[in-house]
Amino acid sequence: MNQSTASIHRRLLPNIWDLLVLLIAVGVLVALADGAREAIHESLAQLEQAPLSLDPWQLPEYALRTTLRMLIALALSLLFTLIYGTLAAKSRRAELLLVPTLDILQSVPILGFLSFTVAGFLALFPGQALGAECAAIFAIFTSQAWNMTFSFYQSLRGVPRDLIEVSKGFQLSAWQRFWRLEVPYATPSLVWNMMMSMSGGWFFVVAAEAITVGNQTLTLPGIGSYVAAAIVQKDLSAIAWALLAMLLVIVAYDQLLFRPIVAWADKFRLDQTAGQDSPRSWLLEWMRRTRAVASLLSPLRKGWLWLRTRRLDVRAERLPLPVISVQTNRWIDRAWLAAVIAGALYSLWAIVAYASMTLALGDAFTALGFGFITFTRVLLLVALTSLVWVPIGVWIGLHPRWADRVQPVAQFLAAFPANLMFPVAVVGIVHFNAHPDIWLSPLMVLGTQWYILFNVIAGARAIPNDLLEAAANLRLSRWLWWRKFILPAIFPAYLTGAVTATGGSWNASIVAEYVSWGNTQLTAHGLGAYIAKATEAGDFPRIVLGVTTMSMFVILCNRLLWRPLYRYAEQRLRID
Amino acid sequence: MQTVTDQTLLDLSDVCQHYDKGRDTPLVVLDKVDLRLRRGEIVGLLGRSGSGKSTLLRIAAGLIRPSSGRVQCNGRPITGPVSEVAMVFQSFALFPWLTVLENVELGLEALGIEPAARHKRSLAAIQLIGLRGFESAYPRELSGGMRQRVGFARALVVHPQILLMDEPFSALDVLTAETLRTDLLDLWGEGQLPIKSILMVTHNIEEAVLMCDRILIFSSNPGRVIGEITVSLPQPRSRQDPSFRRLVDDIYTRMTARSDARSNTRSELFPGTGIGTVLPQISTNLLSGFIEALAAAPYAGRADLPALAEALQMPSDELLPIAETLQLLRFAELAEGDITLSERGQRFAVGDPQVRQQLFREHLISYVALAAHIHRVLDDRPSHVAPALRFQEELQDYMSAKFADTTLKAVIGWARYGNLFDYDEQTEMFALEPVT
Repeated sequence: MNQSTASIHRRLLPNIWDLLVLLIAVGVLVALADGAREAIHESLAQLEQAPLSLDPWQLPEYALRTTLRMLIALALSLLFTLIYGTLAAKSRRAELLLVPTLDILQSVPILGFLSFTVAGFLALFPGQALGAECAAIFAIFTSQAWNMTFSFYQSLRGVPRDLIEVSKGFQLSAWQRFWRLEVPYATPSLVWNMMMSMSGGWFFVVAAEAITVGNQTLTLPGIGSYVAAAIVQKDLSAIAWALLAMLLVIVAYDQLLFRPIVAWADKFRLDQTAGQDSPRSWLLEWMRRTRAVASLLSPLRKGWLWLRTRRLDVRAERLPLPVISVQTNRWIDRAWLAAVIAGALYSLWAIVAYASMTLALGDAFTALGFGFITFTRVLLLVALTSLVWVPIGVWIGLHPRWADRVQPVAQFLAAFPANLMFPVAVVGIVHFNAHPDIWLSPLMVLGTQWYILFNVIAGARAIPNDLLEAAANLRLSRWLWWRKFILPAIFPAYLTGAVTATGGSWNASIVAEYVSWGNTQLTAHGLGAYIAKATEAGDFPRIVLGVTTMSMFVILCNRLLWRPLYRYAEQRLRID
Repeated sequence: MQTVTDQTLLDLSDVCQHYDKGRDTPLVVLDKVDLRLRRGEIVGLLGRSGSGKSTLLRIAAGLIRPSSGRVQCNGRPITGPVSEVAMVFQSFALFPWLTVLENVELGLEALGIEPAARHKRSLAAIQLIGLRGFESAYPRELSGGMRQRVGFARALVVHPQILLMDEPFSALDVLTAETLRTDLLDLWGEGQLPIKSILMVTHNIEEAVLMCDRILIFSSNPGRVIGEITVSLPQPRSRQDPSFRRLVDDIYTRMTARSDARSNTRSELFPGTGIGTVLPQISTNLLSGFIEALAAAPYAGRADLPALAEALQMPSDELLPIAETLQLLRFAELAEGDITLSERGQRFAVGDPQVRQQLFREHLISYVALAAHIHRVLDDRPSHVAPALRFQEELQDYMSAKFADTTLKAVIGWARYGNLFDYDEQTEMFALEPVT
């Protein structure tokens, strides 16, 4: 399981709901943009901002603030997941709308609509830094929530039937069943998705801390804004300090938060075999052994136990559900569909009205053209990095001793926000006077290539030993060994990595195609730069256009490329 | 030994279950089933998969509402899960994230019983069922037998009147199953169990005779009660006892009785004609092996099914589908609990692989309506290919999606062996010529 695989595994062809939801989503985007344009000028001007210091001693505090934003966003994502996922899994009508919505939300480039959310939250809290804080947290939230929700929804749909029957037979209330059966069942996959969300999240928290919207630069104290300030002042040593701080933060986060959670969540695995390597965490073991911690936590645990075992029946006990006739049910279905169609049509009207005010058809073609450039760039780079990392990953995966050491490093590199590294690359490009259209491109995959590496390592490690021995016994030639054995064997794992890398690269294009160093501005042609420029200019119609175009590219890419490949891999290349 | 009284605990009458899928003829799973469970008895529901006995058990548990019919427990109608009934599952259905003790406590927790009382009662149940010392273990650390003991303890701890068991021993190996059965019967005989009656689903004939006071035999598709047998042998029963053997023989005979009498119905106890027949997914290796064993000494082409089951160490529920498939293919005849190889079956037994394939192909076309149907469709089409979906939908007029799936898989396996047609899993297409 991985970040975007959850959605990929599902059906292939778009249906009417996808289209309706897409229209509504763009409509909402337009409404936001329209509101944002008014809000931005009033509130941003009044915002008082503390000047940011490049003193390294400030970094611990900045790091703490950045981390705190991450934590809050993660908690919000979890809450959202529990509610939204449950609703989608329990109500058939809600499901029809909510699931395609998630699918589309997953494809929207988060950095693209950062400007709206900033404006929106600033309007909510005029003149306060709180609005900007909320906007940053919201941006991280949007980078974390969707795949968590998807995994939770799918887990709920897949709860084993016999366990449901036991719960029903014992008459557990819906509340009790939720905490006793559904949440535990969903936990392993949810924790894994939270981890993936977190590694993606650092990228966005760093990007969201310093954002420019229409001549207004908004700065929140944090590692991201520290780096942004260092870029403006061309201070390379400050950037080095920031990288070090980030490194420490990620390691600490992993050791203090995620290791213990993963080790703890291991008991929720459904497969009932013992003897596999279980994840371990020194912190969790220490906490379990230490009586002081246990006694500190015991009131919390007791309260939780009390809450969990309440019945909290929504309806009176044993009262049979009101029986709705098939006829009535069909009418409600029709009314529901009609309402959604009406919403979509209204959205369509709003979109056309909004776009025709400032945009001409030519703008759409421009955006589309840029989209193709960026699309080519993303595919080329993912292919190039695959050429590099697949052989290396296979080699490492087949040597367990190396794999043990390299895999955590690759995972760490995937979590490290690559945008912090951009200045280093930009200095190089400026120095050698290299062509930005070519040399800015690698920045897009700087952070995302590691997904390919660690998934390939995992795939190669999972190849059964008897297959390796059989291949050796057959004395397969090098070429045959790769083509008929290794590549098919690692393909499912590689695909997971490639999908994640591609999705991440689309997002990264918004910051990678348009970079600066001091007052030097480097631009590559592409949709990312298009969105970034429109954001800087506060040109909301073009942001909407750019974001919509990019979403379409991502959706089409998922449907026409990744899903068929996934299907193929699932049917033909599974080793079981 | 508990004494059976006249007090009726569970009363199901005229129960029908059908799935209405917007078609003219709804899919009938259970057809007018009557069942009365009296205090003090163990009743077994015996039948093939697809006979709706598990569905009936779930109706009795209040987990499924029947399409029509009356379901009463202690004279009160059942509209949802009731506390008088607890269930044991084939798959154990334990919560992997809860320890043995927590699993057992779960039902009491739902009843809102205080932690101290909960703990005490659970420990008592754990002790009773022989799980002492395993309280803090997680299910994944236990063997299958121990897991099912947890299943029993969890069901018993809520003090139900009726214990429902859905093939509780069929996921266990032979020895473990036997031990568990004996332990349960001992506790039941000594009156140590808090329950008053047991209703169990099984497709193992020996198991039914070993445990039950009364056995209801089900036909499949749709599920109907076609026979009732009262077992009056005293407990503990021995498999070697001649009267035990006679009973098992008798049930074999009843379950393999010729279907001619009922051939006017679309789907009978024995799979016969029509593409609506549910086919069991049995490998051709198993079929060949069975024919060879039957042709060889000491059987020389004719065997008594229970004796054969014992010699091959196969429980009845594994043996019967093989025997029936051979009958369907006319390689063997089933009658009065005996199986006899046909003349063509004898030829198959001595033939080389080419002969076998040719024979199998001919019989497949002649006697398996679905295989012939698919072959004809493929032959008629100029392209000689057809999507699986076409046949899936056709089959779902007669059976549930699940059975349609296994039936198609079965026919694909046989057709490949007989070189009749091929199937491409990737494109989900049938093709007359082998897919390359």
